[in-house]
Amino acid sequence: MQIGFLLEQVVNGLVLGGYYLLIALGLSLIFSVGGIVNLAHGAFYALGAYLSVEITGHLGFGPAVVLSPIAVALLGILFERFILRRFYTADPILSLLVTFGLALVAEQAIRIIWGSAPLSASIPPAFRGSVVVGDFLFSRYRLLILAVVALVLLGVWLLLHKTSFGRVVRAGIQRPDMVAALGIRLQPYMTAVVMLGVGMAALGGAFFAPITVVHPAMGAEIITVAFVVVVIGGLGSFWGVVIAATLVGVVRGITIHFVPAAGEASIYVLMFVVLMLRPRGLLGERIEKFE
Amino acid sequence: MIRTSRRTLLTTGAAFAGASALGFPSIVSAQTDKIKIGHVTPLTGFLGAIGSYAQLGAKLATADINQAGGIMGRPIDLISEDSVNPATAATKAQRMIEQDGAVVLLGEISSASSLTIMQVAERNRKVFFSTGARSDALRGKNCNKYSFHCDIPNTVMVNAVGTALLQKGMVKDKKFFTLTADYIFGHDLLKAAKSFFDANKANLIGDELIATDVTDFSPYLLKIRQANPDVVCCNLAGNQVTNLVKQYAEFGLPYPLVGFNLNTGDAWAAGEGNLSGTWPTVWYHTLDNPASQAFVAAFAKAYGKPPENHAWIDYVSLKLLAQAMNEIKSTDSGALIAYFEKETQFDIMKARKGYFRSWDHQLVQEAYPFTVKPKTEMKDKWDMLVLGNVVPAPGEPLDSIYPNKTQNPCEMKA
Repeated sequence: MQIGFLLEQVVNGLVLGGYYLLIALGLSLIFSVGGIVNLAHGAFYALGAYLSVEITGHLGFGPAVVLSPIAVALLGILFERFILRRFYTADPILSLLVTFGLALVAEQAIRIIWGSAPLSASIPPAFRGSVVVGDFLFSRYRLLILAVVALVLLGVWLLLHKTSFGRVVRAGIQRPDMVAALGIRLQPYMTAVVMLGVGMAALGGAFFAPITVVHPAMGAEIITVAFVVVVIGGLGSFWGVVIAATLVGVVRGITIHFVPAAGEASIYVLMFVVLMLRPRGLLGERIEKFE
Repeated sequence: MIRTSRRTLLTTGAAFAGASALGFPSIVSAQTDKIKIGHVTPLTGFLGAIGSYAQLGAKLATADINQAGGIMGRPIDLISEDSVNPATAATKAQRMIEQDGAVVLLGEISSASSLTIMQVAERNRKVFFSTGARSDALRGKNCNKYSFHCDIPNTVMVNAVGTALLQKGMVKDKKFFTLTADYIFGHDLLKAAKSFFDANKANLIGDELIATDVTDFSPYLLKIRQANPDVVCCNLAGNQVTNLVKQYAEFGLPYPLVGFNLNTGDAWAAGEGNLSGTWPTVWYHTLDNPASQAFVAAFAKAYGKPPENHAWIDYVSLKLLAQAMNEIKSTDSGALIAYFEKETQFDIMKARKGYFRSWDHQLVQEAYPFTVKPKTEMKDKWDMLVLGNVVPAPGEPLDSIYPNKTQNPCEMKA
């Protein structure tokens, strides 16, 4: 039975990893292409959650999880156009400061608009409860999230690897100078990458609103784990982030099974070990502009 | 110009992100004729949601007191700030006394922060009303002469819910699995829970200590299912409770969920249909007496929502501090302590009056177990709880549910 229990934690960790992935993938993309450490990424996650609760009240859960990420992605255009764009070639410490400031402004803005008390949100009745497959217990709702993450992942992979858009973005990560020499402006691509990134964060927020506390500081809660995932996965690698996210989820689950009190610390230990062995992260590529 | 490597920056970015939990101090204007009162409570972090209610309660009390003529004709100047964490709470408390000239301190929800402020109060010989912290240890081995405790202690919460569970036959020979907040409050609550389980022949088959910043409870829920208990018991705090309640409903585990700690703010945040079981409370806005209902109406008028129990306790605490100062015509901490130690009775908007017990400075008062109202009977989204029978029962001595001198000894140095 012991092995069964452990396996259950592993599978649960994989599901949880899917959720980390939604936040971390966008963070990684924005960093890889623009060289911006987006500390405001958590704010878009929080905004996604708040908008989705708000829309759920009017139109229901289905429209909310679609409209909220779209609205946040549109906000991402403004974010890229008026803020990020000024910092691509500047000292990176400036973009770090400006996005950090923006995260604080966003948190206070949420407090002003929605108040500091948490909003309440519930899972739609159809997805309540759990299903037992063999010996394993799954939350129906998390299976839904997993399916959505899988679809998003497939979509992003196809976009990056099977379209001309993706080719330019990937080339832009490695050699922006060559892309420029070919007469391609990277800026519109950057706008699209930011939209995609913050939209995914908002999608994570929208889907997690019913099962976590929707409060103004929720963005700050998630950003640290998302960073850990990006650092473990390595820059420029799509699969690096995917593997890192699932690894973080699984390691946390296994640790909680054996040493519950060390559960939250385990992911930082994992990051430490990975960085000792592979300073560029698991699948991180050598990217000249960052060396 | 020194350029930072972007790769180094990414690794340090995570640490930077953590710093966003820092709060902003409010700007205070100095006026000598006002009576300064220092108020600290968590406005950020896992207790921030309920702390913001506490701040509203203290502000409303200040407005009411000032409108009624203040303290000895002088208005109160309430300096209210985010306590952030135990170390910052102590620093702010010290600054409020030393630089701002606060005559007394009140506030706090976190037992860990309350403990550090209690030490500041003792060192500076100023009264501190710990309004929302619940650890027994603060009243027991950590007690001091300058600190007063307004909320019900952990033992009372266990007794309130325990009595209700005993009546339902949910204790004797039942297997309990507890989830405990991993800081002084949770450890203390678990201790109180264990002595209740031992006294009533319940079996504790599992306990998990949970860090205060945990938001995903799924690995713990799997462990609960593996342990297959009769009752799951929540000894968590703040956002932890809301997260657990939401995810417990998500997984739909078949074991009844009860808890020895819950604030109504956490219940409201849980969302429709997610909360179930039996829990304790110190006060609820539907409590049926004129003083309580007048406060609820005034609060709702000012802030557009009903008060949470921490709004009530900070309101009541500041009011009775002002009442005491007016009666003894002094803001001196020594005089206040002497006054409260006479076990003066105060109207605290409950059926029976409350008083500070002289030997441990605990505000002795009624408590209530509650269950959750079916959705069809709710008048509005705030009307979630059904209060059970008051503890102690009418006719029994009010302090019978509180730990006695042998259970929780307190030695105050003069």
